[in-house]
Amino acid sequence: MAEPALSIRGLTKVYGNGFHALKGIDLDVAEGDFFALLGPNGAGKSSTLGVVSSLVQKTGGSVRVFGIDIDRDFAKAKYHLGVVPQEFNFNQFEKVEDIVLTQAGYYGMPMREAKPRAEQLLRDLGLWDKRKGSARMLSGGMKRRLMIARALIHRPRLLILDEPTAGVDIELRRSMWEFMKRINREGTTIILTTHYLEEAESLCRNIAIINHGDIVQNTSVRDLLAQLNTETFLLDLAHPVETAPTLEGFSVERVDATQLALSVARGQRLNDAFAQLSAQGFEIVSMRNRANRLEEMFVSMVEHANAESGRSTDKVEVRS
Amino acid sequence: MNAWQTWIALWTLVTKEVRRYMRIWPQTLLPPSITMTMYFIIFGNLIGSRIGPMDDIDYIDYIVPGLIMMAVITNSYSNVASSFFSNKFQRSVEEMMVSPMPNWVILSGFVVGGASRGLAVGLIVTVVSMFFTDLSIHHPLVTIAVVIMTALLFSIGGFINALVANKFDDISIVPIFVLTPLTYLGGVFYSIHMLPNFWQGVSMINPILYMVNAFRYGILGVSDIPVGGALVAIAVFIVVFFMAGLWMLDRGKGIRS
Repeated sequence: MAEPALSIRGLTKVYGNGFHALKGIDLDVAEGDFFALLGPNGAGKSSTLGVVSSLVQKTGGSVRVFGIDIDRDFAKAKYHLGVVPQEFNFNQFEKVEDIVLTQAGYYGMPMREAKPRAEQLLRDLGLWDKRKGSARMLSGGMKRRLMIARALIHRPRLLILDEPTAGVDIELRRSMWEFMKRINREGTTIILTTHYLEEAESLCRNIAIINHGDIVQNTSVRDLLAQLNTETFLLDLAHPVETAPTLEGFSVERVDATQLALSVARGQRLNDAFAQLSAQGFEIVSMRNRANRLEEMFVSMVEHANAESGRSTDKVEVRS
Repeated sequence: MNAWQTWIALWTLVTKEVRRYMRIWPQTLLPPSITMTMYFIIFGNLIGSRIGPMDDIDYIDYIVPGLIMMAVITNSYSNVASSFFSNKFQRSVEEMMVSPMPNWVILSGFVVGGASRGLAVGLIVTVVSMFFTDLSIHHPLVTIAVVIMTALLFSIGGFINALVANKFDDISIVPIFVLTPLTYLGGVFYSIHMLPNFWQGVSMINPILYMVNAFRYGILGVSDIPVGGALVAIAVFIVVFFMAGLWMLDRGKGIRS
């Protein structure tokens, strides 16, 4: 059986101020997978990926990258890793091309091999025309793509993307998705953290949810969505209402004067709800999901985990 | 990494550092040459002619080795301190940390890059000094060995300073409050034989005195201290500081959480 791209066992991290960021997590990511690591802010996502990429020192546990224990031969493991961090971490005054070629040099790639590889990546990511310019002149989206080009220069087998599309406009985000899907199809295993749950739902096959340093769910996206019991729809009304209607078998809340939130459990039919609303004189002009399906699942899981552990229910930040 | 890959990584880091200070040469190479020209004009020509010879050598000739060494020390130190701290500040140090490059290569790359700036500035100051005096070198090997070792030593010092620094102020404290006074009191402008016995003894614990005098011996053939001992002392300091820098880097001091 092939070694997983990433195998984590009992990983703990306690920061100098005593904060327990990771409480013994176990995680496996199969080779070729497109894997999402989700969690609210401060849950432990970046600490986990920081340990894997050597930016954070672990307190305990083990990490293996394609079977290579990072405690035994981290240098060898690093050849298989490409890392795109959440924040820009390149010298803003250097030329775009130099940033990518310098990274190739750090991996011991000869220039004759690095130059064509850099050209290919910069072309693929729409940065070739900017290659001679200073990195600080790039837009936010271009800077993110530059970090992706830099991370891929040495042909890593495992690419870690920590919020790669944060702050990127929708059109560009979708073109980045296409690029990520392509390199995943070509064999690169990808681990993604994101706040855009739509991104995880459309890109990833498997998913882990981390909260307060523990993995609270680790399954396939399909299985996770199958657990979704309730969906909430926002109904826009033709005329304002003072109170929410009472519907038999359904839960309805008044969001504002011209909008209702309708909860539909698995097995219930929307037709039944609409029939009751029509009978009571409500005119619905449009409707949409309150959140994407994964987002509802994510929020309910994190809140459930918080409730079980006796913590106050944190506000879970998601963007869609 | 095999030996060839390690060499590529080291060369990449050194050329990156050289490219950095060449790109901003009006900040890195020009100011020291202007400052040293002022020293030569004021201390060498105007005041020096009234001071008279020092150790039977014309005053301007006497101060040339010290001024070259002063430029080498401050530029080697400040280059690595500011460059590595900028890497920390901009987080581009992570580019190196995620790569398989060994820590000794990271340290060596910055140190060689910094030393190259110190030596480049030293060369510029030497050329400038030739407009004011005829410079002849008595012991070329000693001269070259001392200037290279000094540049390396202070580059390592700058690296350690940058590792422990948390803000930009932290990388200017040592040059301003330690290096500059030690350099001025290290016999750049005078022979310690001019001092009372007590202050001569105090001067002997200033490491920069040994470097300035060893370099002066290489150029002028005169020194206040035994040159062999000075060379050994500098070599020992290089080894100790390098090992300390590597130890801190291995433990992620200042760069890993």
